[in-house]
Amino acid sequence: MVQEASRPASRVDLVRALREAAITALIAFGMFLPLIGFNTVQNIHNELVLETRWPLLAALVGIIAVGRFLYALLMAPWLARRAMRPRKQHGEGAVWRARLGRWLIPFTLGFAVVYPPLALSVVGFQGAVKWIDNFGVQILIYVMLGWGLNIVVGLAGLLDLGYVAFYAVGAYSYALLAKTFGLSFWLLLPLAGCLAAFWGILLGFPVLRLRGDYLAIVTLAFGEIIRLVLINWVPVTNGYAGISSIPRPTFFGIPFNASDEGFAARLGLEFSPIYRTIFLYYLILALALVTAAVTLRLRRLPIGRAWEALREDEIACRSLGINTTNTKLTAFAMGAMFAGFAGSFFAARQGFISPESFTFMESAVIVAIVVLGGMGSLLGVAIAAVIMIGGTEIMRELDFLKVVFGNEFDPTQYRMLLFGFAMVLIMVWKPRGLIATREPSALLSDYPVAATAPLGPRSDVAEPPLVRGHGP
Amino acid sequence: MSAPSSSAAPVAGAPHPAALSPSQIPILRVEHLTMRFGGLVAINDFSFTAGHGDITALIGPNGAGKTTVFNCITGFYKPTEGRIALQFGDPVVWDELEALTERGTRSVARANGMLFLLERMPDYLVTQKARVARTFQNIRLFQGMTVLENLLVAQHNPLMWASGFTALGALGLRSYARAERAAIDKARYWLDKINLAERADDPAGELPYGGQRRLEIARAMCTDPVLLCLDEPAAGLNPNESAELGRYLHAIRDEHATSILLIEHDMTVVMEISDHVVVLDHGQKIADGTPEEIRNDPKVIAAYLGVEEDEVADGGIETRS
Repeated sequence: MVQEASRPASRVDLVRALREAAITALIAFGMFLPLIGFNTVQNIHNELVLETRWPLLAALVGIIAVGRFLYALLMAPWLARRAMRPRKQHGEGAVWRARLGRWLIPFTLGFAVVYPPLALSVVGFQGAVKWIDNFGVQILIYVMLGWGLNIVVGLAGLLDLGYVAFYAVGAYSYALLAKTFGLSFWLLLPLAGCLAAFWGILLGFPVLRLRGDYLAIVTLAFGEIIRLVLINWVPVTNGYAGISSIPRPTFFGIPFNASDEGFAARLGLEFSPIYRTIFLYYLILALALVTAAVTLRLRRLPIGRAWEALREDEIACRSLGINTTNTKLTAFAMGAMFAGFAGSFFAARQGFISPESFTFMESAVIVAIVVLGGMGSLLGVAIAAVIMIGGTEIMRELDFLKVVFGNEFDPTQYRMLLFGFAMVLIMVWKPRGLIATREPSALLSDYPVAATAPLGPRSDVAEPPLVRGHGP
Repeated sequence: MSAPSSSAAPVAGAPHPAALSPSQIPILRVEHLTMRFGGLVAINDFSFTAGHGDITALIGPNGAGKTTVFNCITGFYKPTEGRIALQFGDPVVWDELEALTERGTRSVARANGMLFLLERMPDYLVTQKARVARTFQNIRLFQGMTVLENLLVAQHNPLMWASGFTALGALGLRSYARAERAAIDKARYWLDKINLAERADDPAGELPYGGQRRLEIARAMCTDPVLLCLDEPAAGLNPNESAELGRYLHAIRDEHATSILLIEHDMTVVMEISDHVVVLDHGQKIADGTPEEIRNDPKVIAAYLGVEEDEVADGGIETRS
């Protein structure tokens, strides 16, 4: 029966696949004709000359057509057949996933802790700076920013597209206060966090009446306003030129330099910039873990539950006596505070900041990390940060591609294309992010029934003479 | 539980509230309530009272303005005109209603009585301070959160106090742990009451419809209300579930010192459980009385069946069953 049905169907399939391939080829031709088919080049006389690239165009359209043909002929029926089959019950896959979930977090944490010595021993002192700084520190900054924004977007459900503004406030607070007053990093770190939180509240007051898309637009505008202020308030911020020679953090008072008072000299080691890098790595690791710990703790407190309830249904929250304005403001301020910490760390690590570092692109990347990771999931956000930021950094390393594509090929130019591609894939495959499961903040099974008498009818308030409706 | 009437404050004037029989003491007084949306008059000069310990039903055809009345009472709308006063504790404070209205403030707090003017309060304070809780016509649970968490969110304000506005709770102090424990015990009490204890750790959105309705009422009760406003609690329930709902509401009223105000279309439920029925049509009150009186009121029949008033013959409303 199945055999009989599949015979005539395959001819229909072939025709349909051919038709789909033809349509796709036509669309691809239409799109690539101006993009790929024509190319303008400057010749020796400085004139623009129109070149045509028909073979390349034909090759691309051909590849797309064949790909679509194969997909329609082989892949689509297979997918349809798979969808028809009953889903497998919780079998080995679920067990494996549970086991993986249990070990993933301790393993990741352990790896993060031993990463610098590991890098040192594998690639040596010279190579390790790049690996610890570009991969370790850079990724951890975004992990921390992602976790900070996760409070606002993931828990409280407020789409904030101007998160980088608070990162900028933190960075400029540290840079300006450290340069002007010579205050230490350890004093300014909490201060920068407080200032960012203050700005979070200040900006939050007018905008938090808005919801959804409107809130996103206004926060986006506020992010831009902060950047424009940084550009144009030249006497204070030095405009586009930025602030340079920002004091570096010290090891609790011991500077990382080549002097006799320096960190290396005190410990009797040979001076190397890698000590500071390693120190910065552990510093941002600690800051990120503080962010995670605070988030986990707050989730189990009434304020965290109120945030999540706010994300689920604001009107229901108000009907339960929750002051939604204050609740939103605390989420906004808490998220801004962690961005402020990260910002002051960023300024101290770079030694130079300018408005260029705080463009909308940064906000978009952080939001993308939170959305890809799965809103509310710390592990998912961390994985997304590793993929997105680590992926960007790895693209810088892919020199061998130049052999394939020619010397002018720069993989980092394709960063946005790959980001977009990753976004589309995740949204198709897992629309709620990499990790979409939500841990309940309290389980009834964790609280066994108390031995004392259960809670009876209320007796705590003075009631009117008689409250029962009828009769004495 | 509550004190007998002999311990109430001494009676001063002749028409003193405390002199009235219990069910005649109002908990809620809505006076001359008018709500206009632009040119549309949703409610026009609507007055009624809900008695202490009563189950008061607000009925009327679709679009009569019942939910608008609820939204005014619970602070979601600011009424265009009118006064909405709520009292709990010692009814003597009703005497201060005029003074309070003149003074322009929100509430009066006396030794053991509170009086609130709800139209002056924002929605969350109506629940937090005046202790009015509500449910919604289209269920508004926190779908992604567990059943237990829904009940804990409802206890947000006492828990916020206990956690010292997060600071003390974050440090893990014993006092907060005790408060949280008490909150969970209270949630468990309600879960047992609505037969959802087994599903406490499941997302609320996965409950069957009837369970979601019960949970929403339990969640409202976790805010410790003195007045519970239910917007069509029996909508979508089968006859069995409706009967169960009636028992459930009676239990709430009798055991928890909570008066109930409800909007309902299911006449069987209304006639069976309510002590007092107010009928609203086109934003105006057309009848007010016991279920028996309402059943036989020609105006009500006219409003429901859509016939001219002079055509109305004597007879009762057909009750659905």
